[in-house]
Amino acid sequence: METLSYSHQAARPAAGTKAIALVGVVASGNLEVLVERVAPGNRCEVEIHTAAAGFGAVWEAVVADFVERCSPGGLRLSINDGGARPDTVALRLAQAVRAIEEDAP
Amino acid sequence: MSAVDTPFAAPAGLQASWYEASARQRIAALLDAASFEEFIGPEQREQSPHLALFDLPAQFDDGMVVGRGRLDGRAVLVAAQEGRFMGGAFGEVHGAKLTGLLRAARDAGSMPVLILFDTGGVRLQEANAGELGIAEIMRALLEARAAGVAVVGLIGGRAGCYGGGSLIAGCCSALAISEQGRLAVSGPEVIETNRGVDEFDARDRALVWRTMGGKHRRLLGAVDAFVDDSIAAFRAAALVLLENAPAFDARTLEAEQARLERRLRDFGDCADALDVWKAAGVADAGAVPGMPAAAFIALADQTRSIRHDAR
Repeated sequence: METLSYSHQAARPAAGTKAIALVGVVASGNLEVLVERVAPGNRCEVEIHTAAAGFGAVWEAVVADFVERCSPGGLRLSINDGGARPDTVALRLAQAVRAIEEDAP
Repeated sequence: MSAVDTPFAAPAGLQASWYEASARQRIAALLDAASFEEFIGPEQREQSPHLALFDLPAQFDDGMVVGRGRLDGRAVLVAAQEGRFMGGAFGEVHGAKLTGLLRAARDAGSMPVLILFDTGGVRLQEANAGELGIAEIMRALLEARAAGVAVVGLIGGRAGCYGGGSLIAGCCSALAISEQGRLAVSGPEVIETNRGVDEFDARDRALVWRTMGGKHRRLLGAVDAFVDDSIAAFRAAALVLLENAPAFDARTLEAEQARLERRLRDFGDCADALDVWKAAGVADAGAVPGMPAAAFIALADQTRSIRHDAR
């Protein structure tokens, strides 16, 4: 197992007030993302546990792109990965932010 | 209010497929709206302590969602297995969450329990802990029933209800199943591996469905309700089964023993499910697999041989 951690400064805080959301499932080619509104300020913290070791550079690029697109300030995203492809990861990350922003006006 | 939301936008509605829904979607749509309150949610990260040894990823809820909510206004405890995570298999944490829920039901004595099965059985990577978990769950379930708590099992997920899960199902007050829900101790591949393809051809899907599928289990009397594959149908069945759950006493157990002896006598010589259905009095047994749910439910309700007051 490999553990990867990233911390980014987002442009804006995530919308809404929900404290937590969970999307996805740990299955082959899939992943689960637990998102919690606990990061300080506009920080966005991402921690990844994956059985597919050696893909740190790809994760780093996908996470940086996600922070740029979704501006998930104040969120901590915790990932259990079942060997998902980068496009699946990007969709799940966006889905997680959408889920925790659900109550936004 | 649930701390953890069902995925993305609208959760599965009542008309959604039970088979296709996730464990959390099933709970959210089965119970009264926004009534579910989870115990030991994923944010507590009670994950399997064993999977990392095998270089396997864990899941935050270990594939078991437990909590309380309301069903038609009535307080209930509920447990749901996520069949997509390791086939819904029982590991140490997964099992302990269900054991704890059933013990809480026993101690409270006032809230029935719904178990949403979706499991291939014990998780092989933590087999000893999983097998112990099955034993603990069965004991806790029977203690809850002895305390007057109805425990109803709902079976209609991708993984079916196999192995230790089927033993737990066998302890329930009542069971509902859909055509997609399969209920058996050994799965198709397990039988073929151990006894050979002549005994059971796991690739013969028609054989698998008519031997382990919901229709056969209903015509055998092993389950008490056959439902269409929708969350609404499972909800309706759960309400009826909770209302009519048998007492857990010597009389019920004697009736169950008599039912099983009668079943062995009536069907023990049957080589195939089709023979069972004929012996049960179904006129056109060959038509059963293709029969729509409503027609099959009517047929099963007319089949006198499966009526009983046991369980």
